[in-house]
Amino acid sequence: MSRLRNALLAGTFAGALGLGIAPAALAQELSFSQVERGRYLATASDCVACHTDIEEGGKRYAGGRGLETPFGTIYSSNLTPDEATGLGRWSRDEFYRALNEGISRDGSHLYPAMPYPHFTKMSREDADAIFAYLRTLEPVTAEIPENALPFPLSIRMSVAGWKLLFFDKEGFAVDPDQSEEWNRGRYLVDALAHCGACHTGKNLLGADKEDEYLRGGTLDNWYAPNIRGGVNGGLADWEAEDIVRFLGEGRSRHTAPMQRMGEVVGLSTQHLRDEDLMAIAVYLKSLDDAPREEAETPSQARFETGEAIYFDNCAACHSADRSGVPYIFAPLDSSNKVTAEDPSTAIRIILGGARAQQTEAVPSQIAMPPFAWKLTDQQVADVVTYLRAASDRKAGPVSAGEVEDMRAHLQEK
Amino acid sequence: MTKHLPRVDVVLVGFGWTGAIFAEKLTAAGLDVLALERGPWRDTPSDFATTFAQDELRYYWRHGMFQEASQDTLTFRNNSAQTALPMRRWGSFLPGNGVGGAGVHWNGQTYRFLPSDFVARSHNEERYGPLPADMTVQDYGVTYEELEPHFDYFEKICGICGQAGNVNGETIEGGNPFEGMRSDQYPNPPMRMTFSQDRFAASARALGLNPFPVPSANMSRAYVNPLGLQMAPCTYCGFCEKHGCGNYSKASPQTTIIPVLMRRPNFGLRTNSEVLSVEKTPDGKHATGVTYVDTSGEVWFQPADIVILCAYPLQNTRLLLLSEIGAPYDPRTGEGVVGKNYCYQVMSSATVFFEDEYTNGFVGAGALGMVVDDYNGDNFDHSGLGFIGGGYIACGTTNARPIESHPVPEDVPRWGSAWKKAVRENFLKTTSVGVHGASMAHRSNYLDLDPTYKDVWGRPLLRMTYDFTLNDRRLTEHLTPVAEEIARGMGGAHVKVNARRGSYDSKPYQTTHNTGGTIMGTDPASSVVNRYGQSWDLPNLFVTGAGLFPQNAGYNPTGTVGALAYWSVDAIINQYLPDPGPLVRP
Repeated sequence: MSRLRNALLAGTFAGALGLGIAPAALAQELSFSQVERGRYLATASDCVACHTDIEEGGKRYAGGRGLETPFGTIYSSNLTPDEATGLGRWSRDEFYRALNEGISRDGSHLYPAMPYPHFTKMSREDADAIFAYLRTLEPVTAEIPENALPFPLSIRMSVAGWKLLFFDKEGFAVDPDQSEEWNRGRYLVDALAHCGACHTGKNLLGADKEDEYLRGGTLDNWYAPNIRGGVNGGLADWEAEDIVRFLGEGRSRHTAPMQRMGEVVGLSTQHLRDEDLMAIAVYLKSLDDAPREEAETPSQARFETGEAIYFDNCAACHSADRSGVPYIFAPLDSSNKVTAEDPSTAIRIILGGARAQQTEAVPSQIAMPPFAWKLTDQQVADVVTYLRAASDRKAGPVSAGEVEDMRAHLQEK
Repeated sequence: MTKHLPRVDVVLVGFGWTGAIFAEKLTAAGLDVLALERGPWRDTPSDFATTFAQDELRYYWRHGMFQEASQDTLTFRNNSAQTALPMRRWGSFLPGNGVGGAGVHWNGQTYRFLPSDFVARSHNEERYGPLPADMTVQDYGVTYEELEPHFDYFEKICGICGQAGNVNGETIEGGNPFEGMRSDQYPNPPMRMTFSQDRFAASARALGLNPFPVPSANMSRAYVNPLGLQMAPCTYCGFCEKHGCGNYSKASPQTTIIPVLMRRPNFGLRTNSEVLSVEKTPDGKHATGVTYVDTSGEVWFQPADIVILCAYPLQNTRLLLLSEIGAPYDPRTGEGVVGKNYCYQVMSSATVFFEDEYTNGFVGAGALGMVVDDYNGDNFDHSGLGFIGGGYIACGTTNARPIESHPVPEDVPRWGSAWKKAVRENFLKTTSVGVHGASMAHRSNYLDLDPTYKDVWGRPLLRMTYDFTLNDRRLTEHLTPVAEEIARGMGGAHVKVNARRGSYDSKPYQTTHNTGGTIMGTDPASSVVNRYGQSWDLPNLFVTGAGLFPQNAGYNPTGTVGALAYWSVDAIINQYLPDPGPLVRP
């Protein structure tokens, strides 16, 4: 309790210096309930993931994590209220402008690695609450490395052009025809959790393609699957309850979050309220997708080769009939990773292995071992081809070249 | 130069099953706990993943999971008249090493000892009269009834698969009719049996015996344990013993406790850290911590309020002797306690060779089997037999690992084309009925420090003086024919009896069920620790593991080791912490 009070006092003091507002007024804004709300919203927005140098064991919210984008590495900023290197001198208006317009305190443009195209939908009230929470953090002095971007992207003004093309500063519009729950889910998905940052396909300049909304996207050689529902989406086979458990406990009948999504569940969604997770589920389930194009069928010989590789290497855990062990070993007969148009994730997991996210509810850390040393590019391609062809929703063959590229990428890392 | 580290509440020496159990309960009670493990960190995907877990060369032949004899071994002799020599390669038993200890590479057979096993002296003397003077058999000081809740909890932590025979006094068909009263069923149903078990059960029933499924820590179905940890169904691959399980299907510290423990901020683990000695206050009445050495040769003193020895029994005994805690046992006078009542087990078997039927022994699991308990403990009348105790008789299909397992009939040459032909003919058509015989303590079997041989740190090696006793010989001679009779009733063409005769031989593998040396009991003159595992000499020193057994029963020990660990840690939390001091006044 005393730590919280001290943090509140520190925040008040810093705020008073930076803003010239009467401390009493600010103290009222930093009420317990507002800070609590801000903490929850910051968690829902998963700020901590990008703004903590997790790889180097950095302090929470002190920034410095290198975010690899197709254009270069961008380092996240320090969100603690440190005067020199953090948000110490920021006003809540400036903070809101950063979320809403992608403009920094000094008026420069923020790179859209900061997902303000999503946060622009966030309400002023919520942005203020997040700011209030961030003011209570212990100030950490942390200089952020220079971004590693090529010219002309290294010039922040280049972002202005990008924004002109791709950034719509539009607030969140409630759809009166939909339920309150649905609207809450949409707000969580779009304005806070920014699911589309990974799950929506991007154009060549890294902006969301509107017609690809939540239809799956590629990020750092992971393919974030299609998370639309309906009868054709990637979550068509998932019940709303599966989505809630996946996000809240880190397990569902279908799969477990791992690596990138594991981080999201570990840091963010497992801490959200069940009714918010259900709202997300209801919203995602409501989004149908266009029927898939009929997939090319592999030759019988290739199918059988892949099946034999599967039986020898995969069946012990994932079952001979690919039904897996729900909640432990993913069923592969209906996996949206296996049947994604882009097979990157399936290839990557086979080559490099994966570990299920440990959560408060499920502390197990069940892992799949890497097969890169054991299977050739052709063998991996064959087994993925088999799985895609044998699945309920069929997907086309995979070439050894795709595996070779992924292997090269993983070796670089 | 020894460097001093900051104090912790509890330091654990060794981080296998018992270390994980103590650490989990003590950290949950809010104590700062540090475990020191001599071997490396080990986990499923990195150290025994499905992609290479079945590497028999690496794990069995090259001893991938075991203590390295070049790091530390012991010397062995059959009796005091001989000169002990170092065991330079393991044979008869395989001590574990590394995080998870032998709990990583065990088979998973998880029995409870019988109620009469815990009162072996008083029970047998009451029924049969005084035991021979040299049989140093003792009561545990703790009863089955006291341990029952802890057996139950350990079974739930492990997800043991079995068929209860006695729940709250109600006899249940298909279970073990001789077992002590259970408060609950097993958490999971028995494993699926194979051809061999079906034949064994039919033959045993025809002889009026009571077959039941071996209680198994290999999962018959998916399971979530009380700590929220997930286990997957066993695939019956037959690589349990000597191997880690890559499928999360075998209960081990890694699958059932460690992932929860590693998240707790009040738990610490230092691997590759070998404890050299337990340190004491100048008056010798309290432990102050332990001294350990890391891989760089740096020596550290780790102070702690409570020291708990969780290493293998042989290692715990040696550590007490090296630390000069407790009086070393002297077989000439029968006085002293540390190293006393070292026991083993007496194993025999009958192999059945079928002609036209397939046993397919490669479809196996470490604890896949049917078993009869009619000849175990005091489940049968020993009047006039000249021995006490017994053993279970079981038909397990644990494996057909090809380097290790290629049984051939007796008349086949040991090598050459005739041998190869016989291996080919019999590989899929054999099974075995084994006798798992108890070993009763004897005055002449004990552990002490070797006068000649030293380890890499210059400390004397442990010396084992052991031979099968008259009791052991009579026991195995009585039980092996029963196994043979069951085997002959299984419909095979030929039965080969592998009797245990002659002196104990430390070379061929028999079992890693070494017990005693740090025995528990009711009297400081005859035991190292009291009924809670607390040292009679240093009240803040506890010892756990099978070294507590005053004599060995006719079962695999892990179930009882687990129950004793939970019993002991419960006493620490609920009795010792509120009022530190001796929990039993002699």
